[in-house]
Amino acid sequence: MTFKKSDHAAVPFWRDERYLQIIVQVIVVAAVAVAGYWLVRNLLTGLEDLGIPLSFRFLGIEAQFDIGETLIDYSRTSTYARALLVGILNTIKVSFLGIIFATIFGVIVGIARLSKNWLVSTIAAIYVEALRNIPLLVLLVFLSITVFQKLPLVKNALTLWGWAFLTNRGIYIVWPQPAGGWDVYKWFLLGSFIIGLIVAIVKYREGQRTGRMPLYWLWGFVVFTGLAAVAWLILQLVAEPPLYLDFPSLQGRNFKGGKSLTPEFMALFTGLVIYTSAFIAEVVRAGIQAVSKGQREAATALGLTGFQTMRLVIFPQAMRVIIPPLTSQYLNLTKNSSLAIAVGYPDLFAVGSTIINQAGRSVEIILIMMGVYLTFSLLTSLFMNWYNKHTRLVER
Amino acid sequence: MTTLTPSKEILPPPSERFTVLGWMKKNLFGSIGDTILTLVSGAFLVWMFYNLIVWIFAKAQWAVVTDNLQLFMKGQYPAFADWRLWLLIWLLAVISGMGWGIFVKRAEMVGWVLLAVPVVLAIWVYSLGRTSWWILLMVDVIAVVSYFLGKRYPHRLARLTYLLMLLYMPLVILVVRGFGEDGFMKYVPTNLWGGLLLSLMLAIFAIFFSFPIGVLLALGRQSKLPALKTLSVLYIELIRGVPLITLLFMGQLMLPLFLPDVSIDRVIRAVVAMIMFAAAYMAENVRGGLQSIPRGQYEAADAIGLSGFQKMVFIILPQALRAVIPVLVGQFIGLFKDTSLVYLVGLLDLLGIARGVLANPNYIGRQLEVFAFIALIYWVFSYGMSYASRRLESSLGVGER
Repeated sequence: MTFKKSDHAAVPFWRDERYLQIIVQVIVVAAVAVAGYWLVRNLLTGLEDLGIPLSFRFLGIEAQFDIGETLIDYSRTSTYARALLVGILNTIKVSFLGIIFATIFGVIVGIARLSKNWLVSTIAAIYVEALRNIPLLVLLVFLSITVFQKLPLVKNALTLWGWAFLTNRGIYIVWPQPAGGWDVYKWFLLGSFIIGLIVAIVKYREGQRTGRMPLYWLWGFVVFTGLAAVAWLILQLVAEPPLYLDFPSLQGRNFKGGKSLTPEFMALFTGLVIYTSAFIAEVVRAGIQAVSKGQREAATALGLTGFQTMRLVIFPQAMRVIIPPLTSQYLNLTKNSSLAIAVGYPDLFAVGSTIINQAGRSVEIILIMMGVYLTFSLLTSLFMNWYNKHTRLVER
Repeated sequence: MTTLTPSKEILPPPSERFTVLGWMKKNLFGSIGDTILTLVSGAFLVWMFYNLIVWIFAKAQWAVVTDNLQLFMKGQYPAFADWRLWLLIWLLAVISGMGWGIFVKRAEMVGWVLLAVPVVLAIWVYSLGRTSWWILLMVDVIAVVSYFLGKRYPHRLARLTYLLMLLYMPLVILVVRGFGEDGFMKYVPTNLWGGLLLSLMLAIFAIFFSFPIGVLLALGRQSKLPALKTLSVLYIELIRGVPLITLLFMGQLMLPLFLPDVSIDRVIRAVVAMIMFAAAYMAENVRGGLQSIPRGQYEAADAIGLSGFQKMVFIILPQALRAVIPVLVGQFIGLFKDTSLVYLVGLLDLLGIARGVLANPNYIGRQLEVFAFIALIYWVFSYGMSYASRRLESSLGVGER
């Protein structure tokens, strides 16, 4: 049996894979484009009929509503754009703090689940299984209406030795405030930070040269805090201290001073932290368990101590397994912060839906919100991909 | 002459005998630090459980739950169609019973627990003076009968069980919704669905309709054709990058504008948003399955001359989908939990009903009871599904080869 060139030429074009591929793609793209065009046209004409044609000009109009807590200056006379910016910053605030605390709790619970102590690992397991199987929204609403709104009135505030006061108007905690010496001290602080950084880099270089890596970050940290403390002492002795502790106190009908946290923020923050920490705990546990037993035994055989084994052998390997799912947990937390509307915290989504109700600009606002959340997601995954590449196993 | 006779045979290393004291020493009081930890956490546990039990049996007033039980379970779903819901529960009992008899064959802990649930519920419902207790007990009777049938005729019934499993979800949608203006299967409009029924239906709708879309998107993402690949990646990443609540809002506010000529009620708008959302995650899960298929399978399919379509449908997809069954169960649980978000767009799912009941002046201050109840329902469903699927996986060897 012989193939002649003409056999190939005999394949008609509708059965030739190269043509088929192009045809299929053209058909699909055309179908998507037509459907998209039809939907968007319906949308635009629908908006025209309602008298609110698609336009982002309304962002310059005065918002005329108040926002409970803002990180930047905002008042009723500010624009809608400013209101959205306030929402975005509030989202960033709660997500950032939430990620930090959820990671801390998650790591603690994850390690507790692997504890040799049966009771400790059981409590950790109950915590994880109880939280992972109820919806976050139920938890948030529950925390909001049964915990943070049920705190005592201002005059009967629960107090933790005067350092913090818990009331149904919010939580007030003691907070450092800059005093007279602060202007000088912040330069000392910057200086000791730079010196600490230099020490850390020198130690890191030394470790790379000799092959025995010291705890370079600890060196840097100790130098930084040491210098900062010495500077503080000197200032305190010769002039006045740079910071003083501002204790909240009851003045009139409310607490003044210290740092105040609204019940809405606390409900959202606590809910996000305890919910996400249960998932992070599972991620951490899986990561540590993924390191094979032989690694631990080999480390013990080499004479490493328990702490060294954890730091030099288990942890770096576990991190590779932990990072990708941890990234998606961070992204989930950021996206879940949009449930703030259920507890009344003015995040991007809550502010956005207020504007939708007030100005009727649903399409524009939804587009803006999706764009912002997408940007958060993309930035986080870009950073995490970079980090992942950095710690990836170099395969030979 | 001293002989070193190996008179004593070499004994195996002593095996650790299990004693309560030994176990406690090893697991609770290994060192001083351990002992302190045990005492502190033990005290905490005792304190917590004591308070919990005192609250459940002495302090809590459960009238708010028992008075509104129907509302929590099915919202405004009309009573004339109740039998359709019971029928579906019985059918589920048939499927689970037969499946258990055919594939697992032996009694296991999880089976007993599953059987105990209807009994406990029946006792509870009986104590409330309702008549539906016997319908609940029938669930167990049907499940046990089907178990023995399945065990007796595994080969004859296997095909039927598979068929029922495949058809169950569409059947649920059809039977709950009904059809026709009159008659015994009268149409029940979706705005009457509520409570647990609505939560479950949303999850079932989402998982059922997102499945084909998700598979297509996953194939698109794996495809060599750049246009298909780009479109799939764009869709998947766009949806996965935004919170579900923005999609739900989009469904409520923008869907009527996109499709001006059809009237779409609020439940269907939520369903469309959930399907769009679920499809993107489904695609990623299926992609995981596709990537787990070794290249040899593709090459073997090419070698025996299958076309690209045949290769996918007969060789790759069956293996890939089988591998992702555990992940799909996880996704279903996640979706079931996510259905609570429809409360934010004003639907009366379990959480929406809870808020509605709490707004009733007769039940002021009963938040803890209501939230404990709905959290328990969510928890039992989610944990039950994940536990049962884990056990079934290990006994069936699903997801491993």
